[in-house]
Amino acid sequence: MRSLNTSILTIITFLPLAGAVLLLLFPRRHRDIRVFALFVTLADFLVSLHLPANFHRSVPGFQFATDRLWISSPSIHYHLGIDGVSLWLVVLTTFLTPLCVLISWNSIRDRVKEFFILLLVLETALLGVFVALDLFLFYVFWESTLIPMALLIGMYGHGQRIYAAVKFFLYTMIASVFMLAAIIWLYVKSGTFDFVSLQNLITGGQVPGLEHASLALFLGFFVAFAVKVPLFPLHTWLPDAHTEAPTAGSVLLAGVLLKMGTYGMMRFNLGLFPEESQRNAPWIIVLAIIGIVYGAWVAMVQTSLKRLVAYSSVSHLGFVVLGIFSFTQIGAVGAVFVMLAHGVSTGALFMLCGIVFDRKHTYEIKAFGGLATPMPVYATFFLFIVLASAGLPLLNGFVGEFLVLSGAFQARALYGVLAATGVIWSACYLLWMYQRVFYGKVFDPENSSLPDLFGYEKAALWPAALVALAMGVAPLLWIEAIDPAVQTILLPLTQWIPLSGMIGH
Amino acid sequence: MIPAPSDYLRILPELVLALAGILVMVVDPLLPAQNDRRSIGLLALAGSVAALAATFIMAENPGSAFSGMVRVDGFSVFFHVVIVSVTIVVILASFEYLKVQQIRLGEYYGLILFGAVGMTLMSSAVELVLVFISLEISSISTYILAGFRRRVATSIESALKYFLLGSFATAFFLYGIALMFGATGSTKIYEISAALRNGPVSMLALVAVGLMVVGLGFKVASAPFHVWTPDVYEGAPAPVVALMSTAPKAAAFAVLLRILFAAAGSLPAWHWLVWVLAALSMSLGNIGALVQTNIKRLLAYSSIAHAGYLLVAFAAAPEVGVPAAMFYAASYAAMNVGAFIVISHFANQNERYVTLDDYAGLGRRAPALAIILTVFLLSLIGIPMTGGFFAKFYVFRAALASNLIALTIIGVINSAIAAYYYLRIIVVMYMRDPREQAPAMKIPAGVGISLAISLIATIYLGVLPGRVLDYTLSSAQQMLK
Repeated sequence: MRSLNTSILTIITFLPLAGAVLLLLFPRRHRDIRVFALFVTLADFLVSLHLPANFHRSVPGFQFATDRLWISSPSIHYHLGIDGVSLWLVVLTTFLTPLCVLISWNSIRDRVKEFFILLLVLETALLGVFVALDLFLFYVFWESTLIPMALLIGMYGHGQRIYAAVKFFLYTMIASVFMLAAIIWLYVKSGTFDFVSLQNLITGGQVPGLEHASLALFLGFFVAFAVKVPLFPLHTWLPDAHTEAPTAGSVLLAGVLLKMGTYGMMRFNLGLFPEESQRNAPWIIVLAIIGIVYGAWVAMVQTSLKRLVAYSSVSHLGFVVLGIFSFTQIGAVGAVFVMLAHGVSTGALFMLCGIVFDRKHTYEIKAFGGLATPMPVYATFFLFIVLASAGLPLLNGFVGEFLVLSGAFQARALYGVLAATGVIWSACYLLWMYQRVFYGKVFDPENSSLPDLFGYEKAALWPAALVALAMGVAPLLWIEAIDPAVQTILLPLTQWIPLSGMIGH
Repeated sequence: MIPAPSDYLRILPELVLALAGILVMVVDPLLPAQNDRRSIGLLALAGSVAALAATFIMAENPGSAFSGMVRVDGFSVFFHVVIVSVTIVVILASFEYLKVQQIRLGEYYGLILFGAVGMTLMSSAVELVLVFISLEISSISTYILAGFRRRVATSIESALKYFLLGSFATAFFLYGIALMFGATGSTKIYEISAALRNGPVSMLALVAVGLMVVGLGFKVASAPFHVWTPDVYEGAPAPVVALMSTAPKAAAFAVLLRILFAAAGSLPAWHWLVWVLAALSMSLGNIGALVQTNIKRLLAYSSIAHAGYLLVAFAAAPEVGVPAAMFYAASYAAMNVGAFIVISHFANQNERYVTLDDYAGLGRRAPALAIILTVFLLSLIGIPMTGGFFAKFYVFRAALASNLIALTIIGVINSAIAAYYYLRIIVVMYMRDPREQAPAMKIPAGVGISLAISLIATIYLGVLPGRVLDYTLSSAQQMLK
């Protein structure tokens, strides 16, 4: 059991990659490739359930850790480990990937083998980001997500796919070189890449020259993460990337990739530079609130279904950033919960968009209307997810947003008031969109003969819907593990608050 | 003074290469004119593999030879291995190329071998006149090789341009040697070092170092001495570009390392000169590459930029800068030679397919070739798990450890810009459809092996760089002593 606990993260992370390598050897028979990819991703999900089952919820700090020397000079360690935050992000990733395989079952017809190889490679990279505890290793995984994702968008996307892929790649690549520079600076001054030792050295004041460089370092990390989130005004790559990406790409992009940014802020910005986080929190919160409101307004006027969902992500991720930088226990727990809830429900929304696109080959809201008649099951799923996303109580969106708003009110009432309007806007644009797509008369005769959900599509939607419900009904199941982890993360910040007096209770 | 037998062991790789070259030249006229010269190629291959083996014998016998003109230390062994490996890879890739281009001249292989003699000797020579002679041996071979597609005007242009500007640059280098002799009374690198350290800093020595940097700056294609590069790379045969963009550059960097750090280590004044050269090369190279549509020109500009990254290491403190530069030279050789071999294989008869548009749909036509080129391009960008990443990483770490913050920032911004034009090639390969229905491409054995070697080297340096880095660290210590 002990050896399993130290190697479980390695297994989970690299199982998809091993699957991808095996896929390389497969003959180009589409059916076998799909079945195998589904098998690998499902197996990975089942293995990853070992983590929540054996996770010690009350114990703070990193669990299932493994730490081996990878390269001696510079001393880079293969150091993996998870706390309550990364635990659920790992499970979210392994949960969404099999759904991505299912949703791509018939919609990917060309270069099928390459598609699933890229998807599996992407899964490994994403998992690595969440489990890496060595800054260098983290950067390696971080950058590795870029190529498969850009290729998925560029090779399998629609319309302006090449423009979108290049824009996505350049935005994130350029931002992350600043993070690399910051990481190297830290290494040169401290002699370690290890997150835990680095954190100890920084809190002990043992990193020479840090006081002069800390703002630059904070920003180096922050810019890389803010582009990924994306924080207003760095969000412009997101609508393009989402709109042009294939469905599975959008699901992973919204469901997991964006969380890399907020996870990074939480782990590295707060963890390594608590004082700078405090100092810079006001403008970051302003940007987050602008993102919440602006994202919602822009979503309202979109004519494309997928673009609407894309902008709703900008809005929802604003809540996450707000929650993190409120530096309140309740707000930060809420932020993590929103990350998970958004992953499930927006992931499902993108799947639903993809399903209708497969039938109609357009995302234009105008082209639909009255779809509830020919596709009742689809309409039901859609409504359920829309309500979850809009924050209906007893569904997953509500819990997170409620916690974040409580945290924001605690930090400063004005933040809470402004952000709360975002909840109203999101109900507006989602329900209005639902009305235009599903209610009324079927004016396009072609729409009246659209087939309802196929088996594999139902198989992809059911789990998402059930989890959305479970997260709304029994949020404690998740929060139990998140709570102590967030407490540890916030510890250096809460100790610092009374000194600054910037944010009162 | 009669050289001791062990002296010959210390130039054994050079001897083997030279012998193989002479053998090639002797056998070549004996073959009928219509023979495809594959046998000559195999002979050259055997010679260069033997030279690699000889390098290990050489490594067992460290020390100086021939009255202190040659010095075998970890540093020279390292560059020997790099240069000879590049030679092997290029010879392997040339079989198919010469067949497709219908070039039936055995001298081609002979010249590669003679060029390798010069390049390897450059890395172990510690006497400036010998450095100059070996530089000339290597340069003259590459001048001729550049003009090997002799029926094509651009190839002639390439050779002529390379020759004229190259001789101009070597003249600078020679002038620098003369002034250095005037300033210190010696042409031996380690005697110069002692003289400069103990005596007062003379203007003459500073000018001498400046002139030598100009001469070598031309050879490594660093800005502002880079203008020849795109034209020469465009016209020269692609496998020759694979060779001359890596091996002679590595050799010239080896010489530059020895001259700057070992000989002129006590002169602080050249640091700002290198700083400027590095910043200029990175910026001009990358900006130039952004607008290229010919892939050979694009990689020519990229190689200018890479010379700039490497020069960043020169501006750093010696104990971190030298190992970083050595590691960079090795990774750059692996990925660049690989990229050019893919290009040379894809170019086809008369190098027809060398524009970016020709690469459309390569991901479909030749999936293996496209993946391999993608790995090399990602390595050139500096994506983790490839040699190019660690190369950049070590260079920037060395720069930061030496407090060169401005130069690091210039470098980091440059590597972000560079991502764009490498990415363009990947985008075209995978995301555009081919213009015409072209048949699937086969990879012949020679090309396959050479690609495998460079691919393995690139990934090895990216995943397990530890051993190579440790070696560069210890050999840099030896070199600086």
